[in-house]
Amino acid sequence: MIKDEKTQRLPWNALRRVLFLFCLGMGGAFLSATLVRFAPGYGVQERELDPRWSAQSIEALRHKQMLQEGLASYYLHYLVSLAHGDLGESASLKRSVRELLRQRLPVTGSSVIRGLSVAWLVATLLASLGLASRGGLYEASSTAFSSLLLSLPSAVVAMLAVQLRAPVFLAIGVVVFPRLHRYIRSLLVRSYDQPYVLAARARGLGGGAIFWRHVLPIAAPPLLALLGVSFTIAFGAAIPIEALCDSPGLGQLAWQAALSRDLPLIVNITLIVSLVMFGANALADLVGSAFSRTKP
Amino acid sequence: MSHLQKAAACILCIIVLLMVFATILLPASHVRQFRDAPNAGPSTAHPLGTDVLGRDSLSRLLYGTRVSLLLAPTAALLSTLIAAVLGSAAGFLGGRFERIVLAVTDLSLALPWLFLLLTVRAMLPLDVSPMVSVIIAFLMMGLLGWQASVRVICAAARGIRDSDFLLLARSSGCKPARLLLCHVAPNLRSLFYTQFWISIPLFILTEANLSILGLGVMEPMASWGNLLRGFEDFSALGANPWRLVPLILLVIVVMCFQLVLPSQEVTQ
Repeated sequence: MIKDEKTQRLPWNALRRVLFLFCLGMGGAFLSATLVRFAPGYGVQERELDPRWSAQSIEALRHKQMLQEGLASYYLHYLVSLAHGDLGESASLKRSVRELLRQRLPVTGSSVIRGLSVAWLVATLLASLGLASRGGLYEASSTAFSSLLLSLPSAVVAMLAVQLRAPVFLAIGVVVFPRLHRYIRSLLVRSYDQPYVLAARARGLGGGAIFWRHVLPIAAPPLLALLGVSFTIAFGAAIPIEALCDSPGLGQLAWQAALSRDLPLIVNITLIVSLVMFGANALADLVGSAFSRTKP
Repeated sequence: MSHLQKAAACILCIIVLLMVFATILLPASHVRQFRDAPNAGPSTAHPLGTDVLGRDSLSRLLYGTRVSLLLAPTAALLSTLIAAVLGSAAGFLGGRFERIVLAVTDLSLALPWLFLLLTVRAMLPLDVSPMVSVIIAFLMMGLLGWQASVRVICAAARGIRDSDFLLLARSSGCKPARLLLCHVAPNLRSLFYTQFWISIPLFILTEANLSILGLGVMEPMASWGNLLRGFEDFSALGANPWRLVPLILLVIVVMCFQLVLPSQEVTQ
């Protein structure tokens, strides 16, 4: 009965999350508009520094750019443009932000997904092997290896990748792997130490049956939450890696925008990346909660 | 404390001592250029050689260690203070305030940390003096790096919200501010220390990333991140392995910080 009620509540929870995401998008858009509107040097053009332009002409130029408008009208203007898919124009690259995002997002998305796949695969494999040979030299060396990787700045990993001609996704995988390994390992250890797992083992249940029936239902929700978090880590790692590996992705674009103080570009990139991240986290949470409800 | 933790703590103490006595140990000023000896190998005058501009590498390493090891804990202190105030108050007061704080924390946590730093850094002028760039880099990290700690502290404060000693203090007429300062905060002190220690290596690595990308500490100021910029040409490192010393030192320090904390506290 309780299970039915919980299952019925699932679409409502999903709707709540979508609404939350929408509110978040609106809030993020407002923050973005505020940051761009009030950033030092907003709307100043090079030709305003040209001494040949008179004060009246400069004033007219400013008026044309609607610089005098308040934050509310600027936000409204920004939202209307956003609703039409217009994210403005990059000040440094003189190109539409939407077009730039459309070109760069798939590159980063592909690198991040492949990097995450590698990191998850290796981390799960090493954690499982470590679990099988508990307390051994293997566990100590794998922990030391992941600690060493954890102590390397992602920019150094990127430089190594350049030197070794390794693909970008592998560098992202190397950065994400130690964070996953540590967490997955401690989660599996905790799950296998549960009294009912010990009882199942004492009754002679096989390793596979214990894993599928008793360990996975407990470990799956936090693992799914970790999947959402690992997206955030991977996107963060993509900035130095793409910048230094010269990969034409979103990370490189964000870095170039920060160096040239291209606020419309970097603020919109951050807004889009945040929405993608929130979406991924919300989806992971939702799947995790659905999984925990359907477990035996 | 295990033997490994004791060893890590000893190594950290030695490095901190080196940092403190850097002024005496420096072979030359970290900005002085020996123009007749650029890219020189190790010698008695320059034990770690010189960089491409002829600056003594050991002096820059010691000076960079001082900058990174002084400012990363300062930034960690700032972020822990913010987290302590927000987390304790949210956990203790509960209700709408807790929900708002946790929602803001979750939103900030979902955003990639480097994207956030890059956006904020882009808002600020880039043509600043090296000293200002150092302050900006670490202040930014301190002000933006509190989110993960808030969640942990808030959960712990929530756990003691309904405890007997707080009930007794409340029934004795203790005001909420006094309860928070004199009863809740002292009980969370060990958690504050843990969060402070966890933040230090994170900020050291972030500074390194930002400086390598040209958005952290500016030249001629030295920091670990700045020194690692020279690694762009890894092929040259094969012939000059002593140039790896800054990276080795950084890795050792970060690993020591990770080892000093008990593993269950790190995985929290």
